[in-house]
Amino acid sequence: MKILTEHIDVPNIDTIDVFMKHGGYSAVQKALKKMTPDEVTEEVKKSGLRGRGGAGFPVGMKWSFLAKPEGVPRYLVCNADESEPGTFKDHYLMWKSPHTLIEGMIVSSFALGANTSYIYVRGELMYVINILEKAIQEAYDKGLLGKNILGSGYDLDLFVQPGGGAYICGEETALLESLEGKRGNPRNKPPFPAVKGLWQCPTVVNNVESIAATSWIVNNGGDAYAAIGVGRSTGTKLISASGHIKKPGVYEIPLGITVEDFIYSDEWCGGIREGHKLKAVVAGGSSVPILPAELILTTAAGEKRLMTYESLSDGGFATGTMLGSGGFVVMDETACIVHNTLTFAKFYHHESCGQCSPCREGTGWMDKVLNRIEHGQGRKEDIDLLVDVAKKIEGNTICPLGDAASWPVAAAIRHFRDEFEWHIEHPELATKPGAVFMRKGASWTK
Amino acid sequence: MKVTIDNITLEVEPGTTIMQAARMIGPEVAPPAMCYYEPLKGSGGKCRACLVKVTAGSEKDPRPMPKLVPACITAVQDGMIVENTVNEDVLETRKGIVEFLLLNHPLDCPVCDQAGECHLQDFSFEHGVSSTRTVEERNTFEPTDLGPNIQLNMNRCILCYRCVYTADQITDGRVHGVMHRGDHAEISTYIEKAIDNDFSGNVIDVCPVGALTDKTYRFKSRVWFSKPVDAHCECEKCSGKATIWYKGDEVIRVTGRKNMWGEVTDFICNGCRFDKKKTADWVIEGPTNVSRHSVISANKYGANLIKPAFPVLQAARDYKQINDDRDRSFLGIQPALPKSKKK
Ligand SMILES: Cc1cc2nc3c(=O)[nH]c(=O)nc-3n(C[C@H](O)[C@H](O)[C@H](O)COP(=O)(O)O)c2cc1C
Ligand code: SF4
Ligand code: SF4
Ligand code: FES
Repeated sequence: MKILTEHIDVPNIDTIDVFMKHGGYSAVQKALKKMTPDEVTEEVKKSGLRGRGGAGFPVGMKWSFLAKPEGVPRYLVCNADESEPGTFKDHYLMWKSPHTLIEGMIVSSFALGANTSYIYVRGELMYVINILEKAIQEAYDKGLLGKNILGSGYDLDLFVQPGGGAYICGEETALLESLEGKRGNPRNKPPFPAVKGLWQCPTVVNNVESIAATSWIVNNGGDAYAAIGVGRSTGTKLISASGHIKKPGVYEIPLGITVEDFIYSDEWCGGIREGHKLKAVVAGGSSVPILPAELILTTAAGEKRLMTYESLSDGGFATGTMLGSGGFVVMDETACIVHNTLTFAKFYHHESCGQCSPCREGTGWMDKVLNRIEHGQGRKEDIDLLVDVAKKIEGNTICPLGDAASWPVAAAIRHFRDEFEWHIEHPELATKPGAVFMRKGASWTK
Repeated sequence: MKVTIDNITLEVEPGTTIMQAARMIGPEVAPPAMCYYEPLKGSGGKCRACLVKVTAGSEKDPRPMPKLVPACITAVQDGMIVENTVNEDVLETRKGIVEFLLLNHPLDCPVCDQAGECHLQDFSFEHGVSSTRTVEERNTFEPTDLGPNIQLNMNRCILCYRCVYTADQITDGRVHGVMHRGDHAEISTYIEKAIDNDFSGNVIDVCPVGALTDKTYRFKSRVWFSKPVDAHCECEKCSGKATIWYKGDEVIRVTGRKNMWGEVTDFICNGCRFDKKKTADWVIEGPTNVSRHSVISANKYGANLIKPAFPVLQAARDYKQINDDRDRSFLGIQPALPKSKKK
C-alpha cells in the first residue's frame, strides 16, 4: 500500500503536468469546491494520522486546537528542516515529488483557514529549495495558488524559506523564531504556537510527511486511511533505512508490519549485509533509545515487535524505544556502541542552542566524557556519571533537545554497559583501530 | 487567587508568576534566579535555577505538573500548590544546575571584580555541593573590550541573556547579542564594535557574574572593602539615583541601586557611572542598606543579614517572619509541617 510514493518513480513526476496526469491536485479540487474547512479537518481527525515529525501527536487534534480569533491571520508552517541524524525521508519526497507536498499544503491551509503558508526547508538542501520554488511557480500558473484558487474564493500564498543550517531550527518554536528572522532559540511554552505562533498569531507547524498525507485523506476519506495500520498507528509511514543492511533507502511501509519483516524481507531492507549479524537498531532517529537485537525484534514480553508507535514503545524506556521520525539505523556486530554514542553526543553538543544551562553544559560534558572513554582515558566512575548527567538534563530544559541528547546516552549504557566497561578496563585493546567488544554468548557474536 | 508555596498560602493578582508570589513571602522561599531580572521584559526561563515542583496545578485541575517548572515564567493558577525548599527533587535538581553552571566557569574568584556580589557565588554557596565531579578541561575564550569602559570575560559568562535584553530594551540600536550556539556561544557586539550608547554601562550591573566588568574600577578593591552609599545628582539623561562606592575618601565606582533581589530598577547613564568619581559630584543620602550580599554588609552599619547560610531543608518548617518593613499581614502563614526545632 503506497500513498505518498505511489508515483514517485514516474519520470518527470516533479512537473505539474505529469503530476496531474497521475491524479495530482484532485484533492484541491475536491476540498475547495465540495468541502468546508471543518469537513476536511473532520476527515483528518477520522484518519487517525499522527504527526510524522517525531512526537506522533494526532494531526487532526492539533488542528482543532488552533485558536481562531476574529481578524487575526492564521498560519500553516511546514517543517522541512529535517536534520536528525538517520532521517532523510522528507528530503526524498520533496526532491522526487514536490507537488505531493504542495498539494497537501493547499488542502491543509484551506482546512485551517490560513491565507499565507510557509515551507521552512533545511538550508543545506539548496537544490531541493530550487525544485520546490519551480513547482510552486507551476502551481501559481495553473491557478492552484494565489487569489481565488479554482474560482473557490479561497486565497493562498505559499513561500519557501531556507533555514540557516541549525538542527535546533527543526524544533517548532525555534523554527518560528528563525522564520521571523531572529536567532533560532526555542521559546518557552506556554503559549503554544496554536495560540501564539508566527508573529504572535495562531500557527500550526506540521512535518512534511504529515501534510503530504492529507491529500490522500481528502480524496479517499479518513476511514480508508484509518483502515491501514494497527490500532492507533494508522496509515503508512516513510522510513529512512540506513546502516549495515543490504538495501538502504527510503521505504513507505504500512504501519503494523513486523520489525523482523522490515529488516529481513526483500521488499524492504533485504537483511543484514552478507556474513554479518544484527547487533542493535536505532529505530526512530538519533534521539530515540538504541535497542539491542533481541529487544528490537521481540518485546520484553516475548511478542513480535511491530513497526507502530505503540509496539516500538512497548516496555517504556527500560526495554522499548520510539518510532520517532522513522530514522531506522541498523548496526551489525562490527559497530562499536561507545563510538556510536560518542558520535551522537558530539552532534547534540554541537547543535544545542545554549539557552538553558542543563542542555548547554550537559551536552558538552557528556561529549567530553565519552570522548575520553573512546580514547582510552575512561575512569570507572564515568559510566555512572554519564547516567547521572543525562538524568539531570532530561525534563529540565526549555525544548526537547535536552531529552534527545540524554536518551541515547542513557539507553546505550542501559543495554551495553559491558561495552563501556570494556573500553575503560582495556584501553589498550579498545583503542586499536577497528576494535569492537564481543559479548560472550550474545546472539550477535560470531 | 490563592497560591500555596512551601506550605505558606497567600492571595495574589491573576498573572502573578510563582517567582513573584514567592518573593512576596520572602527570601526563605523565593527560588534562586540567575537569568530572570524583573525590570527586563522577556527575561527568565533559561538558566533553570528556579525550577520548582507544582504538586497541584489549580483548584479546578489539581493534578501535579509532570515536570519541574521554571518559577520565573510560570503564572500562578488559583489553588496552585508549589514546593520549592521542601521538595527533595527540586533541591537535587538545583545542585545539578549549580554543577552545570560551574562546569566551564573558571572559578577565578580571587581575581574577579565581581567576587562578593556575584550571584553565582551565592547560588553555589546556597544550593551547590562542595566537591566537583568533572575532570574535563574548561572551554576558554579571550577577554575582549566592549568599548572603552566595559570588559567582557566570556569564560565567566553563564549566558543568562540579561545583558542582551538590556542592550535591546534600554539602548537604541541593536549592537549586542549572542553569536554561535551551545557551550561555544559568545556574547558579542559584532566584530567588537564599541557599544557607544549612553546607557550601555548597565550591562555591567545586570550581569550576575564577572563576565561584564567596569574597566574604570578594575582591580581597585574587593567589594567588601568598599563602602556603598546612596547618592543622587542632577542629570539630564537619567534619574541620577545611584550607589557610590568609597574606598577611604575616594569614590572608586558608581553603580545603579539594587533592590533586595539584586536588580536595578532605575538604570543610570554612562556619564553618572563612569565620569562622576568625586564626592562633589554627588548629594549623599546615606549608607546603602545592603540586604543581599552578606560580605558587603559585614562589619558595616550593622546592616540586615537577611540571608545567611540557607536553611537547607524545609525552610517552611522553621519559617519566621523577616525583620523588615514590608507589610506581611496579608500572608496566611500555615506551616503544615510539625515544628521540629524551636528557633
Ligand atoms: C531539536 C528538535 C528538532 C526537530 N526537528 C524536526 C524536523 O527536522 N522536522 C520535523 O518535522 N520536526 C522536527 N521536530 C519536531 C517539531 O518540533 C514538531 O513537533 C513537528 O514539526 C510537528 O509536526 P508533526 O506534528 O507533523 O510531527 C524537532 C523537534 C526538536 C525538539
Ligand atoms: S534544551 Fe538545549 S536546544 Fe533546547 S532550548 Fe535548551 S539549550 Fe536550547
Ligand atoms: S555577559 Fe553576563 S549578563 Fe551577559 S549573558 Fe553573560 S552572564 Fe549574562
Ligand atoms: S531564573 Fe527562572 S529560569 Fe533562570
